[in-house]
Amino acid sequence: MGTETTGATPPDGDAPRPAPPAGTAAGTAVTSRRKDRIDRLAELTARTDTSTGSGLWVEALRRLRANKTALIGLGVLAVFLVLAVIGPWIAPYSPTAQTWRGEVFPNRGIFVGPRSGNWLGLDHLGRDELSRMLVGARQTLLVGVVATLIGFTVGALIGGFSGAALALGGRAGRTVDTVVMRFTDMLLALPSLLLAVSVAAIMGQSLTTVMVAVGVVQIPVFARLLRGSMLAQANSDYVLAARALGVRRRRIVLAHVLPNSLGPVIVQSTLALATAIIEAAALSFLGLGNPDAAQPEWGVMLAQAQRFFDQAPMMAVYPALGIIITALGFTLLGEAMREALDPKLRS
Amino acid sequence: MTTRLLTVEDLTVTFTARGRRDVTAVSGVSFDIGAGEVVGLVGESGCGKSVTSLALMGLLPRRGVRTGGRALLDGSTDLLALDDARIRDLRGTQLAMVFQDPLSSLNPVVPIGVQVTEILRRHRGLRGERARAEAAHLLDRVGIPDPARRLKEYPHQLSGGMRQRALIAMAVACAPRLLIADEPTTALDVTIQAQILELLRELVDQEGTALLMITHDLGVVAGLCDRVNVLYAGKVVEAAARRPLFAAPAHPYTHGLLASIPRLDAPRGQPLKPIRGSVNDTIAWAEGCAFAPRCDHFSPACLEGTPAQAPAPDAAVPGPRSHLVRCVHPVNTATAPDAARRDGQPRPGHPPHPPSEPPGAAPAASATKEKAE
Repeated sequence: MGTETTGATPPDGDAPRPAPPAGTAAGTAVTSRRKDRIDRLAELTARTDTSTGSGLWVEALRRLRANKTALIGLGVLAVFLVLAVIGPWIAPYSPTAQTWRGEVFPNRGIFVGPRSGNWLGLDHLGRDELSRMLVGARQTLLVGVVATLIGFTVGALIGGFSGAALALGGRAGRTVDTVVMRFTDMLLALPSLLLAVSVAAIMGQSLTTVMVAVGVVQIPVFARLLRGSMLAQANSDYVLAARALGVRRRRIVLAHVLPNSLGPVIVQSTLALATAIIEAAALSFLGLGNPDAAQPEWGVMLAQAQRFFDQAPMMAVYPALGIIITALGFTLLGEAMREALDPKLRS
Repeated sequence: MTTRLLTVEDLTVTFTARGRRDVTAVSGVSFDIGAGEVVGLVGESGCGKSVTSLALMGLLPRRGVRTGGRALLDGSTDLLALDDARIRDLRGTQLAMVFQDPLSSLNPVVPIGVQVTEILRRHRGLRGERARAEAAHLLDRVGIPDPARRLKEYPHQLSGGMRQRALIAMAVACAPRLLIADEPTTALDVTIQAQILELLRELVDQEGTALLMITHDLGVVAGLCDRVNVLYAGKVVEAAARRPLFAAPAHPYTHGLLASIPRLDAPRGQPLKPIRGSVNDTIAWAEGCAFAPRCDHFSPACLEGTPAQAPAPDAAVPGPRSHLVRCVHPVNTATAPDAARRDGQPRPGHPPHPPSEPPGAAPAASATKEKAE
């Protein structure tokens, strides 16, 4: 029998079949002795890679925390969120009351800029600009989130269905995928703003319209992204391994392919939030936004300010800044998340 | 051996792509596996080992692949002719497979426990606490310590060896009758390799599972397999029980493989003896022996069509299970000078040297083997 070193070289040739003719009891003894030897050796040579790491998301969170970009994005978003929630309560004045109507004369070019009572000045109807900004944050966030949710949900359903059909549905699945994907390609080919304008024009002016119109624009993006991501996962080894063990196709799609494919889609949704806010603002700017004057919204404010841009540019600058900073916050966070979740960039 | 579990007859797999020449990865491979037998499928990269295993499992894509031949399970069920639903029911219960890379074969975002229990749920209908208990028992059986904790962990928290153990646990969860192991130890370091092979051998001995071991490592073959099929360019060039194969390799390719294994006891400075050329230096089987361009025993006779499979010079009793070789000029180990030198090596009682497992292992195995047969 070999020494410790012989045992080290697997598969060592000194005892190819563990059962000697003597009997099974002796055979098992040999097996276990040999096994112990190998195990002992493995213990000695074991590197510490058995140590516990953490799950994908926990790991991503840790990396996010170490990322300055993510922290800035998160900070911006936190401020924005807090304002959106408590804005109506901390607003010093009513956002709709034309309290200082007598001081502003748009047709004569007389506007009121920042002053002690109204930190950001008054708008063209004599309403407090700061109060309108604070209250408008909620509306803007609502439009962005709901529109993205619409896009995410419908897009993920379409993309997930299509991807699952193509990946594991055989010949029929390929046909389904082709039909669905050519349809989303058509949606994708339309300029997004044109698509949104068309939807808004069909549905008429309302808050819901803005949300739906902006959401519809996002659908093909999410669908394409999820489908592609699922397709990549469907070719992976663990799907093959699961198939080799007879796991059902439905189970493979839902339990294996989908969870692995969602990362990029979630990242895209943070980026989409930024676009959604900008697009909602664009729709409002084009006069297809929420016509309800009782609900100030940054996009609408920007649209209304454009008429007076040469006399009171700051009226446009405030909501524009709000939109830009918020969108930037979402973009920064989205980018950082993308990096954190990207396995290629893992340290 | 007693009963034939799986009989593969004339298995041919051709990949077709529009506008490209068809590629025949496996052409007319025949072998059989008895119940509880360990059969090796040996060959270098690209010789069709993995394609054979995927074809048997029905895992090759439907499009662009043409399969021919038969693979009879229990002499009646043709695995290659089954529809998707039927073969899916067989996978996991009758047939199971372990793949090469244990990390990518496990889903990275799903805990081990879920991946083990889903198989128990699918094939054995176990649910909830019972499935979890059985999963823990399975992990325990394949030698994973603290299974209850490991079940909650993710694949990347396990070491390579443990991942492969977990995959083996999943494969044997429903006591399959045939386990196909596609290079299960390639991605692991040597001590872990030894442990995994030991585990596989234990499972085969205890459960009576037949094992189709796909490998390029002759050491693995020597330590594990009852019968060996050597593949070259999609055809079985030599088939034999382990002992005759290592004692008297008849095909020049097998001979070259064995001669090219580095040995610790070789004199200092003696160069390795590789097989010259590469796997790309080949000719179509239809025109002759695919190994001819690399063969030391090449003669014009080698180019007269596909060599037939014939009993090797040392085959005592001709028959389908004896030592078969597909060569015009089979190497007779007694006359080949190189083999004569090696022949002296594996005398019983002679201390075996670790890197020389193949020749060393054969005689040691013979005592038990002959008894079994």
